[in-house]
Amino acid sequence: MCLGIPMKIISINGMDIVAEVDGVKREGSLMILDAEVQVGDYVVVHAGFAISKLDEEEALETLQLMREAFPVENAV
Amino acid sequence: MNYMDEFRDRQVVLGLADRIKKLTAGRTEPMTFMEVCGTHTMAIYQYGIRSLLPPGVRLISGPGCPVCVTPNGYIDRAIAFSRLSGIIIATFGDMVRVPGSSSSLMEERARGADVRIVYSPLDAVAIAEKNPDRRVIFLGVGFETTAPAIAGSILTAAAKGISNYLVLAAHKTIPLPMEILSSDPELSIDGYICPAHVSAIIGAEAYRQLAEKRGIPCVVTGFEPTDMMQGVEMLVCQVVEGRSSVEIQYSRVVKWEGNRKAQSVIAEVFSVCDSEWRGIGVIPESGLEIGDKYSAFDAEKNIPVSVEEPREHQGCRCGDVLKGKTSPFDCPLFATVCMPESPVGACMVSSEGTCAAAYKYGR
Repeated sequence: MCLGIPMKIISINGMDIVAEVDGVKREGSLMILDAEVQVGDYVVVHAGFAISKLDEEEALETLQLMREAFPVENAV
Repeated sequence: MNYMDEFRDRQVVLGLADRIKKLTAGRTEPMTFMEVCGTHTMAIYQYGIRSLLPPGVRLISGPGCPVCVTPNGYIDRAIAFSRLSGIIIATFGDMVRVPGSSSSLMEERARGADVRIVYSPLDAVAIAEKNPDRRVIFLGVGFETTAPAIAGSILTAAAKGISNYLVLAAHKTIPLPMEILSSDPELSIDGYICPAHVSAIIGAEAYRQLAEKRGIPCVVTGFEPTDMMQGVEMLVCQVVEGRSSVEIQYSRVVKWEGNRKAQSVIAEVFSVCDSEWRGIGVIPESGLEIGDKYSAFDAEKNIPVSVEEPREHQGCRCGDVLKGKTSPFDCPLFATVCMPESPVGACMVSSEGTCAAAYKYGR
C-alpha cells in the first residue's frame, strides 16, 4: 500500500499527470503536490497522488557523501 | 539519474558497513534502532541489511504497517458494510485478505459481496460516479502519506457533487506511538529510522520533540540499500557522539517543513481523534476522523450497521511483533499455522507486514 517510488512525468494535463518507471505508466494527481513540475521531472507517486518532487541537487549531495564512505582500496 | 539505481551501489553499501563496524568497535553496549515504516521493514529483509551490520547494532520493526495496526473491529465493520445491499467496498489490495474476527473481505466477496481493489482513492470516486444508485465505501486506512490522498478524494467527490462516495476512516499518525515506544524500558530504543514518505508529508520537524526532549536520535531515511546503510551510519554516529538530533538522510525527497499543501488538505477534511492500535491500545490524538464539514462522506456516521463483538486470534502475537517485542520467528504460529496463503494475523497478510517480510526473505 505504501509503495511510493520515483516516477518520471511524461505528460501533464491540468492537475492530472502520467508518470512512468521501467516502462510502467501510471496516472496521478497533482492536487496535493506543493511544487511546480514539468514534463521530465521526477515525483514520488503514492496511491495515485504525487506527494513530492525529487530534488536533484540534494540527490547529488547525498551521493557525494556516500562515496566518501568507500574503503580506501576501493576509492575511485 | 532515475533516483533509484544510483542508490544501489554495492561498493557504497560495503563501505558504509565497514564504517559502521569501525564506529562501533570496542563498544560493549549494543544499539537498538527501530523503523516504523513497512517499506523499511521489507527493504531491510530484501537487501539483507542486518547481515551487513555488526552484532552490536540491532534493527527492530515497529508499528509501521498500516494494515497491521488496524484493529479487528475496523475489519469487522467493513465486512458488515459489505453484507448490506447496494454497497460497493473499494479498498487497497492488502485489506481484502486481513482476517477479521470471523471472516475476511475476500471470503465475503466469494459469497457475493462487491469488493473492489483500487490503486487510488480517485478510482473509487470514479466507481461511485458510474454507479449512482449504489453507495461506494472506501476503506481509508493508512498513515500521513495516505491521509492526504483520501482527503483529496473526498474534496474531489464534493467538488463533483458525488454524494454516494463514503469513506470508513481509520487513519493514524505515527509520531505519538514513536514517543510511547521510546519510553518502553523493555525495548530501550537508541534511535529511530524515521519513515521516508510519511516524512515527505509531515516534515522532519515532526520528530524534534522525540530527539530534543526525549533524547532519541532520529534519522529520516530513504528506501534504497545505500540509503538504509547511510541512515544507520548516521544513527550510530549520533549514539557514539552522545548526540540526539533530527537528521535527514533522504533529503532528495524530505524537507524540514514537509508538504504544506498536503498538510492543509488533511486539516481541511480531517480532525484529530483518539485511535486504537493493534498491540498498543488506544493512543489519544493519534488518529484522524472525517471532520464535521465533510461528515456526509463518513461511512460510519451515515450508514448504520450492526458489527459483531471483535475478538483476537488465539495464539497470534501480532500485537507484540508490532511493538518490536517479539520477532516473527518467536511466534509459535509463524510458518507453521500462519502462512501467507493462510494468514492468522495481519502481520502475515500485508506485503509490508513484519511476518510477511520475515517469511519471504528471512528464513
